[in-house]
Amino acid sequence: MKFGVVIFPGSNCDHDCYYAVQAVIGKPVEFIWHQDTSLKGFDAVILPGGFSYGDYLRTGALAKFSPVMQSVKEFADKGGLVIGICNGFQILTESGLLPGALMRNVTRQYICKFLDISTETTNSPFTNQMTKGKVLRIPIGHGDGNYFADPETLKRLNAEDRVAFRYHGENPNGSLENIAGILNEGRNVLGMMPHPDRSSEAILGSTDGKLIFESMVNALAGAR
Amino acid sequence: MKATVIVTLKPTVLDPQGMTIQRSVESMGLPEVADVRQGKYFDVNIADGVSPDRGKEIVQKLAKEVLTNPVIEEYRIVWESR
Repeated sequence: MKFGVVIFPGSNCDHDCYYAVQAVIGKPVEFIWHQDTSLKGFDAVILPGGFSYGDYLRTGALAKFSPVMQSVKEFADKGGLVIGICNGFQILTESGLLPGALMRNVTRQYICKFLDISTETTNSPFTNQMTKGKVLRIPIGHGDGNYFADPETLKRLNAEDRVAFRYHGENPNGSLENIAGILNEGRNVLGMMPHPDRSSEAILGSTDGKLIFESMVNALAGAR
Repeated sequence: MKATVIVTLKPTVLDPQGMTIQRSVESMGLPEVADVRQGKYFDVNIADGVSPDRGKEIVQKLAKEVLTNPVIEEYRIVWESR
C-alpha cells in the first residue's frame, strides 16, 4: 500500500500530508513531482493544499495543465483513491474530476481556524471509519472555499449521497448547502476544503482528521 | 492579430467583490450606482503570419478552455480592428 503526495509549484501542505501518512498513519508515502507522468505503484494520491501557480488566473486553474494531472485523471478513472485537500479540491473541480467550483469566500477574507464539519455519508473509502453524522473538528485555511454548483448538480450530489462533509453550526465561506467536501460518481475521488493533514495529532489540537486517512487505509486493505 | 477577452461572473452567480465596491461607492455619496460586477480582461496577441481564421479559432479556444471557468463565468471577445 503506497500513498503519493503531488507537489505543484506553490504547494505548501505537501510535507504536512507526507508527515501525516508516514509518521501518524505509518504507511509508505512518496512525493510526486508535478512534471511526473507515472503513478505506477501508487494506491492513493493526495493533492495537497497551498497556492499552486500562485493562484494565478483562478485557484487551481493552472495546475490542471501540469503533466501529472492527466495521469491523475487516468488513475482516478481506474478506481485509484484521490483526495484533494483545500487547493487540491480547487484543482479537482478545475480539472473536471469533481463538479462545481470554489469561489471567493462570501466574506472576501482569508479564513484560518478550527471549525466543525459533519460526516454526511459513510459510504466512501474516505469515511468508512466514521458513523453518519459524526462531527469532526478540523481546521480550514482558505480564501476561496465558497462551493458553488448549479441547482441540478446539487440535486444530483444529494440524490447520489455524494456530499461527504458539511460545515456544522457555522458556514464560514458561503458554500451552498454548507458543503465542505464532495465525492465523484465513482466515490473514489474526494475533494474537501478542511485540512485533515492539520488535525491528525493531538499536539495540533485535534486527531479527527486522522479518521479520513485511516478510512483510506482500511479501504485499501480491504481491496487487497 | 489582437483580441481582448473579458471574463465576468455569470449574472446568476453572486459577486461579493462587486457588491462590496457598490456599497463602498454608495457610502462615498454615489447612491445612483445600482450595481457593480467585477471581472477581468486579457489582452491576447497572436503571432504574425497566422491566418485571421486560425487566429480567431485560437483566441476562442483560449477564452473557452483556459481563461473562463464555465461553471461560474462567461466571456466575450473584443477583436481589435486594424
